[in-house]
Amino acid sequence: MKFKIFLTVLLASALGAAASAKTITLLNVSYDPTRELYVDFNAAFAKYWKAKTGDDVTVKQSHAGSGAQARAINDGLQADVATLALAADVDALYNVGKLVPQDWQKRLPNNSAPYTSTIVFLVRKGNPKGIKDWDDIVKPGVTIVTPNPKTSGGARWNYLAAWGYALKKYGSEDKAKEFVGKLFKNVPVLDSGARGSTTTFVQREIGDVALSWENEAFLVLKEYGADKFEVVVPSLSILAEPTVTVVDKFVKKKGTEAVAKAYLDYLYSDEGQEIAARNFYRPRNETVAAKYVKVFPKLTLLTIDADFGGWTKAQKTHFTDGGVFDQIYLK
Amino acid sequence: MAGPATSLAAKPARSGAGTPRVIRNPLWVRVVFMTLALGFLACFLVLPLAAVFAEALRKGIGAYFHSFADPDVHSAIRLTLLTAAIAVPANLVFGVAAAWCIAKYDFRGKSLLVTLIDLPFAVSPVISGLIYMLIFGLQGWLGPYLGAGDHPWFGEWFNQQDIKIVFAVPGIVLATIFVTFPFVARELIPLMQTQGNDEEYAALTLGATGWQTFWRVTVPNIKWGLFYGVILCNARAMGEFGAVSVVSGKIRGETTTMPLHIEILYNENNSVAAFAVASLLALLALVTLVLKSFIEWRHAQSRPAV
Amino acid sequence: MSSVASRRSVLPGFGLSLGFTLAYLGLIVLIPLSAAFIKTSGMTWAEFVAAVASPRLIASYKLSFGISLLAAIVNAFFGGIVAWVLVRYTFPGRRVVDALVDLPFALPTAVAGIALCALYARNGWVGEWLDPIWAGGIKWLSTHVPWIDWAGWLGSKLAYDRPGIFLALTFIGLPFVVRTLQPVLAELEPELEEAAATLGANRWQTMTRVIFPELLPALITGFALAFARGIGEYGSVVFIAGNQPLHSEITPLLIITKLEQYDYRGATAIAVVMLVTSFLLLLLINLLQKWSRRYYRL
Repeated sequence: MKFKIFLTVLLASALGAAASAKTITLLNVSYDPTRELYVDFNAAFAKYWKAKTGDDVTVKQSHAGSGAQARAINDGLQADVATLALAADVDALYNVGKLVPQDWQKRLPNNSAPYTSTIVFLVRKGNPKGIKDWDDIVKPGVTIVTPNPKTSGGARWNYLAAWGYALKKYGSEDKAKEFVGKLFKNVPVLDSGARGSTTTFVQREIGDVALSWENEAFLVLKEYGADKFEVVVPSLSILAEPTVTVVDKFVKKKGTEAVAKAYLDYLYSDEGQEIAARNFYRPRNETVAAKYVKVFPKLTLLTIDADFGGWTKAQKTHFTDGGVFDQIYLK
Repeated sequence: MAGPATSLAAKPARSGAGTPRVIRNPLWVRVVFMTLALGFLACFLVLPLAAVFAEALRKGIGAYFHSFADPDVHSAIRLTLLTAAIAVPANLVFGVAAAWCIAKYDFRGKSLLVTLIDLPFAVSPVISGLIYMLIFGLQGWLGPYLGAGDHPWFGEWFNQQDIKIVFAVPGIVLATIFVTFPFVARELIPLMQTQGNDEEYAALTLGATGWQTFWRVTVPNIKWGLFYGVILCNARAMGEFGAVSVVSGKIRGETTTMPLHIEILYNENNSVAAFAVASLLALLALVTLVLKSFIEWRHAQSRPAV
Repeated sequence: MSSVASRRSVLPGFGLSLGFTLAYLGLIVLIPLSAAFIKTSGMTWAEFVAAVASPRLIASYKLSFGISLLAAIVNAFFGGIVAWVLVRYTFPGRRVVDALVDLPFALPTAVAGIALCALYARNGWVGEWLDPIWAGGIKWLSTHVPWIDWAGWLGSKLAYDRPGIFLALTFIGLPFVVRTLQPVLAELEPELEEAAATLGANRWQTMTRVIFPELLPALITGFALAFARGIGEYGSVVFIAGNQPLHSEITPLLIITKLEQYDYRGATAIAVVMLVTSFLLLLLINLLQKWSRRYYRL
């Protein structure tokens, strides 16, 4: 690899094909909080692939806000696999760059979402503001930390969960808009990705509550200790389905199609599901799910397809320029 | 943007001590001025610098050195060195050429040329990243012909060459060259202008060729200014964040430079490691300052103030 | 080279050096920059205006310009004092202090950003005690100085808010003022001040009526340089700004945000506005420098 970088520079161009056929390099372009998951998973996959084919596979990782990552892939970041926070961002790979086929989501089981998650509240120990549900966080004087829905996938799930709650409870879109407006009024910092948001809340001690991926919230408890933070599960949240796909155009060019496919399939295997569960992502596999049933709290979950008419519609209504999100911010 | 302000040529010999009595400020004024100046510098310069090292060493020296065991950090350091190793010589050659034609000759449009050379100082680094994305991105002008492109005529050929610009080393190098573009030129132009052409004329008259004159007369005359420009250029090249972050793609262990890796570590709640890497860059900054002072001192020695 | 009007020099290498300079300048700077202009030329005027004059952008211009201005003013004041102290006074460690002034040039902006965060966050060294003072100070100001609208600052924190941007830009801009003032101050002839003193001016009058006007052009140049740099600064600011739309979002960040939302044209349109601004500022600075030089030759 060192040699490769060296050559890259000398010729001012990269030599794409790996020097030896035995070492395969994949690039997994993912969203913010999956760093730890894929560090574990890549090691397991490398072992599995070595045993199966004898080839060494190194998986490089790139993490940032989900929307930002999709943009980078469209601009030529040559990802073999894209493991993004939501289907709309993978759709963009089709819409903008035609890098994946239109029906990419049908190629893998469970809508191409090998694991799921949801949105929960992360609060400081003892829950000093007494936050129990969505209504508590929009009260004046409560400060909320969430990333920017324009660039972060997690933040879009946060936003839609809040919207869905308000719509169910208050019954009208106007009320929901007002509710979400109140929510964002309480947000002092809008980071571009979920991880930046976590840092703001945890390390810089800003905010009373962080709207967070469930896996991220559990990770914080694990790394910083349950004596500092608590997870509050709201009465209703959203089933977040991070989606994965092979980026057809790039794998065809690089000749990594088979291994990239195997990589994603391995996410659905027992071992892959186990690794996901260990990293606090809700597994799809029922046996694995049963094993970890105690870890994940039970709550009512809205779904993007049933409650919001799919990502294409949700994206258009809420997050495009001039959409509902812009309107509430500009009011 | 250091150029216009820190030029070596403009540096005067200081005369602090011998101020005549009548024009000295009263003692209380001096005390107030000193307090304000030093207090301000302490708050804005010393404290941040100290904070970098203090945060890096917060969990002890062991944790500090442990931060450098990460192979991604190694690769970030390598990439940073590599980027500087290309960008600095490129701008050095350019700087000398530009200074030669601007300082030694008169031609129409010269002041426009000088302004254009300054332009990268005034352009937001973000924009310099953006423009390379507009050109080399897959949705940009040349992107479709490069790398993963499938242009009907050239697509096949370029596919085989697999030229990556953005999200790879060449893009990072280009963005870095852009932001460090004027440093050497800005340093040399005023210096060569004040030196004039007489020595070169003399050499030519004595029968030296153009290259001989350049290497034996001009280069020795400008060497300190050259060195000065190079270390400033180098400091900026190694530390550039905004422009590089736009074109990097943030592939760990491959396209993250040290400043980008600092951001990653910082966002991973790994603040000790982030500040440890930052401390390397801060050390580099301190070395730069020391070298810079040394050059100014040498310069003052070799050319006593007129 | 048709632009060559008068080649007075007999030195060789003009064609080579100018050719190389122009080619390199063109390839690295001009062609890429023109890409931005060409990209926006596909937009109609209405589209362009809509892209660069949305409320969120207007707020960001106000913020970027306002805080850069504020930081440049503070730098002009303190930088002036620092330059004065460095040139006029002798004290132990002056050389070290003098070298240190260039730190913001040499320290990578990202490092400056996280260092300032570590200092001024509520759990940081300085933020710990300064943050409550700041909050109290603003509250006091808002009741006692009601003719200024303090709403944007009320309840703000030092780091992750507008004051953080100010801190970062002050850090970035400091050397510009000091380094433009220093040579002018050093060249200032003591005879001038002595003459003023002999003619019966007191020290204060000499300072304000004799020295200050002499320094003014350089001071304005330094101020303009610090201001121009502040507007474009990204690396140190994003870490400490809080990045809240309409409140603490700087213009360069909006370019990135637009880019990340596939809005290439929007991003480029903002870039064009910033490019034109910085080019104008650069012209102004060059004019100022010419003015100050002429001023001193008299």
